Amino acid sequence: MAISREEVNKVALLARLQLSEDELDTMTVQLNDILGYMDLLGEVDTGEVEPMAHPIDLTNVFRDDAARPSLDRDKALANAPKSDGQCYRVPAVLGEN
Amino acid sequence: MSTPYDIIIGLEVHVQLATESKLFCGCSTKFGAPPNTQTCPVCIGMPGVLPVMNRRAFELSLKTAVAINCEIPRFTKWDRKQYYYPDLPKAYQISQFDLPMSQNGYLEISDPKGQFETKKIGIIRAHLEEDAGKSMHDEVSGKGDSRIDLNRTGTPLLEIVSEPDMRSPAEARAYLTELKLLLNYLEVSDCNMQEGSLRVDANINLHVHTPEGKVATPIVEVKNMNSFRAVERAMTYETGRQWKIWQETGQRLGEMPKQTRGWDENAQITRGQRSKEESSDYRYIPDPDLVPVMTTKEEVEAVRASLGELPAALRSRLEKDFDITFYDADVLVGQGRAVVDYFLDLAKRIGDGKLAANWVQQDVLRVLNERQIGIDEFPVSAEQLSGLLREVQSGNLMTSRAREVLAEMIETGASAADAMKAMGIEQVDDSDLENLCRTLLEANPQAVADLKDGKVKAVGALIGQAKKQNPNVNPNQFRQLCLQLVEQM
Amino acid sequence: MSLIEKTATELLDLLGQGELTSVEVTGAFLNRIEAVDSKVKAFLRVDRSSALAQAEAVDERRKAGKKLGRLAGLPVAIKDLLCTEGEVTSCASRILENFAPPYDATVIRKLREADAVLIGKTNMDEFAMGGSNENSAFGPVRNPWDLDRIPGGSSGGAAAAVAGLMAPLSIGTDTGGSIRAPAGLCGVTGMKPTYGRVSRYGLVAFASSLDQIGPLAKTAEDTALLLEILAGHDPADSTSVDCPVPNYTETVTRPLEGLRLGLVREYFGEGLDTEVDAAIREAIKVYESLGAEVKEISLPHSRYAIATYYLIAPSEASSNLARYDGVHYGYRCDLEKMAAELEEERKTLEAAGDQHGLDQMDNGLVRMYRKSRAEGFGAEVKRRIMLGTYALSAGYYDAYYLKALKVRRLISEDFDRAFEKVDLVAGPVTPTPAYKIGEKVDDPLSMYLFDLYTASTNLAGIGGISIPCGFSSTGLPIGLHLQAPPFEEERLLRGASMFQQATDWHTKFPEIAS
Ligand SMILES: [Mg+2]
Ligand SMILES: [Zn+2]
Repeated sequence: MAISREEVNKVALLARLQLSEDELDTMTVQLNDILGYMDLLGEVDTGEVEPMAHPIDLTNVFRDDAARPSLDRDKALANAPKSDGQCYRVPAVLGEN
Repeated sequence: MSTPYDIIIGLEVHVQLATESKLFCGCSTKFGAPPNTQTCPVCIGMPGVLPVMNRRAFELSLKTAVAINCEIPRFTKWDRKQYYYPDLPKAYQISQFDLPMSQNGYLEISDPKGQFETKKIGIIRAHLEEDAGKSMHDEVSGKGDSRIDLNRTGTPLLEIVSEPDMRSPAEARAYLTELKLLLNYLEVSDCNMQEGSLRVDANINLHVHTPEGKVATPIVEVKNMNSFRAVERAMTYETGRQWKIWQETGQRLGEMPKQTRGWDENAQITRGQRSKEESSDYRYIPDPDLVPVMTTKEEVEAVRASLGELPAALRSRLEKDFDITFYDADVLVGQGRAVVDYFLDLAKRIGDGKLAANWVQQDVLRVLNERQIGIDEFPVSAEQLSGLLREVQSGNLMTSRAREVLAEMIETGASAADAMKAMGIEQVDDSDLENLCRTLLEANPQAVADLKDGKVKAVGALIGQAKKQNPNVNPNQFRQLCLQLVEQM
Repeated sequence: MSLIEKTATELLDLLGQGELTSVEVTGAFLNRIEAVDSKVKAFLRVDRSSALAQAEAVDERRKAGKKLGRLAGLPVAIKDLLCTEGEVTSCASRILENFAPPYDATVIRKLREADAVLIGKTNMDEFAMGGSNENSAFGPVRNPWDLDRIPGGSSGGAAAAVAGLMAPLSIGTDTGGSIRAPAGLCGVTGMKPTYGRVSRYGLVAFASSLDQIGPLAKTAEDTALLLEILAGHDPADSTSVDCPVPNYTETVTRPLEGLRLGLVREYFGEGLDTEVDAAIREAIKVYESLGAEVKEISLPHSRYAIATYYLIAPSEASSNLARYDGVHYGYRCDLEKMAAELEEERKTLEAAGDQHGLDQMDNGLVRMYRKSRAEGFGAEVKRRIMLGTYALSAGYYDAYYLKALKVRRLISEDFDRAFEKVDLVAGPVTPTPAYKIGEKVDDPLSMYLFDLYTASTNLAGIGGISIPCGFSSTGLPIGLHLQAPPFEEERLLRGASMFQQATDWHTKFPEIAS
């Protein structure tokens, strides 16, 4: 399977990455190179095989429903690029959805 | 009346589960705390943190799923639904994609006013997921940036997705009302829409009747409806709007991408919301930080056994065992379990369901509404009220007088007997009653004459005079006595 | 033998006997760092005064006869992928350059409880993505044996710190070979435990179903010591396994009786450097001389490991790294510049009357995300995010991601079958010794292929260890890779130790011209 420059551009938006025209070119070449290699998997017959998302078969891991003290707000906001001491601040999200 | 189209409505309900702590961390889920005071590295999605699932949240989901007749698969897992939004700190929501914890259920709805037939609304699935935070646009600073509060982030939600089985705005509202009532009986959520613990999105379109058969119009998703009435109105509005569009454009399902519209409560209309198609590619991935949950048949049956009597069963029991109307049963059950228990207690004590139903609905509920209190705060116990109603049953009290007594009981919290005493209501002894009767007969020869002619009505005037002289006179007793004395004359 | 050449076990004995103070030991390693790390660049941050303060505190408590932890007074180097409360944890990325987590990783908590001295945070490939350590936003780490060569990655700083005698113990993470490869290339011992053996809480995720924290040290014995501290169930990590942790230090020096050693046929084909091949075969002879039975085995799906790994790991990474968006923490682009840039674009498009272009333009928020991430992430991280996003996107999920998850199971089942016949699987840890810095930078795929022998361990979730087993003609270390069934770390350690008791490769140290 080959990926076009346009597709790479779409993926860049999905991934929220801004790529320059040059980066877009290189990325297209490199992704095609890598994806070309991935075609190797086409050889493998996986008809009956269950996908393996976890390396170990753990199930039903829970914690009890007990409220614990939260993080002090100043500590929570300490790493924020922009905050007003109460909330994180970002460019307007109106209209976004 | 028949329309040239069918209305097709499906509802997506998000219910906040009544847990102490969030779905994946120990932060409190209490409503109304100052912004960002109920967060921790886990729900802020800081680097390196990991989620651990809240057992109670899963148990409440299971309880609800069983109550809405869903199948509970043996195996379920959690997936990451990926999209960027400032109130979603991990840039993915932990939700369920292809293997939800429940599916293929139904909820039965019926309209006491008989506008539509009792019917089953199919439920496609109910799955457990985490809530996002809150974005507020900042008018104050005017700088045009938004403020993000993550207190709600990670709150456990049960998403209940119905089949598009509702055929009218009224049915949609009935479904929501019945679902909310059920959730209240199960005690899995407080369902407070103002606090966002119950949210509704609707999918609606029309199946237009045409010579070539029924034709589906494009499906529209409607959001921002913050009351059941709003849902009903929004659906009514959309029906009209979509019918108009169809007549203008003849646009069919699939001829345009699914549209999202928001309900504008002030304008009472829906408005289009722009949504990038790109954003609909959620790239679901099994969450490697969480492990699957297995549920056995035995566990499911244990949950089923623990559900208790649910609204539908309760209604028909009240209807059957206390021969009250379905409407009355619906009103009582709709008030919640506590009111129903009050009614059951009262009805058993006085052995008359109808009378009990009337008093609870007309008198008890009126006071609860006026005072905005719950039945647990109602000053008159079922036992005390039964004492009063027995007086009514025995004819010692007229209903109107009994109401006055009840008012007194509510004020003072006294028993019926004490309240009546306090109001000077007591049995008149027979000799007094006879004397009073004789004097009145002597004073009213005309009445006596009429009675002799069999004009029984005439006794009414005498009763009136009797009550004037002594309000405690029992009218029935007095009537009997008059007739006897006139016989003997 | 100088103090810094001693093993952790030896140093702990001397500390325990009062022959040495923690301040002396810590000071010696700090001096070594000052002497050589300007060349090696193994550390991103070393706080001399804080390290010495920790050391003094331990010494005082020791003097006062207080009860002390297992690693009391011993310096340990920490990969900068592990969260340390109140201290910058950058993951060698611009996007977290100033991020100071308000919490400790579980392993860090355990180290503090063991009274270890946290001597500094080690350099690495950005977000652990890389096998050469050239992907650090703060400059590459250099191989102590040849400063022009890579130390391997992603835990290159962790390995170089031990090899360069700058720390007796260090902690790395291994997602596709990130502990074992650098250990092999730097001539130290490094282990990737079974998935679930060590808590991942506070390990900044790269690929959550593959990541695992592990120890690097001079010897198998020291490795056992550190693993004993790190291992164990953690209620904060749903994927950490609740099973008892053996007393590794007690058994590590006991040779494995009747060891059946498996040689993977597929590992000795083309691509394997002849000197590495020779060194491995020599190592196998050593095991035979120790009574091991050597069998040739097959891992038929091993040739698909790289393709499988480089679909699953980037897919999970694209999800794990989505959170770095400049909203709640980490780097955010300059909003004024951004606004100006958008305005420019709008003008140009309007001038060109390009309505479609105008409709497609990012709004401010989307552009903030894209610009912050573009400026905050390095090339390799972006490449993997792109690869993973594509593999998960509508229409490609089944062909790439899902297919990889299925092949992953086949790879894992290969190991199950192999371990019915043998106790340990042995082979090379990397195809060649350390290559020159810059040699592969323009060829990502060839870099990926360097993980040939290590990636499948993570896919299967089993444990593996790399131990020094020789040198190339140019004097570069060569590593022997042992793999064991799940939760058989004890077997790995004893297998490694019996080799080290019979050889002295692990006792050789590089000359770093200072
Ligand atoms: Mg949802
Ligand atoms: Zn939290």
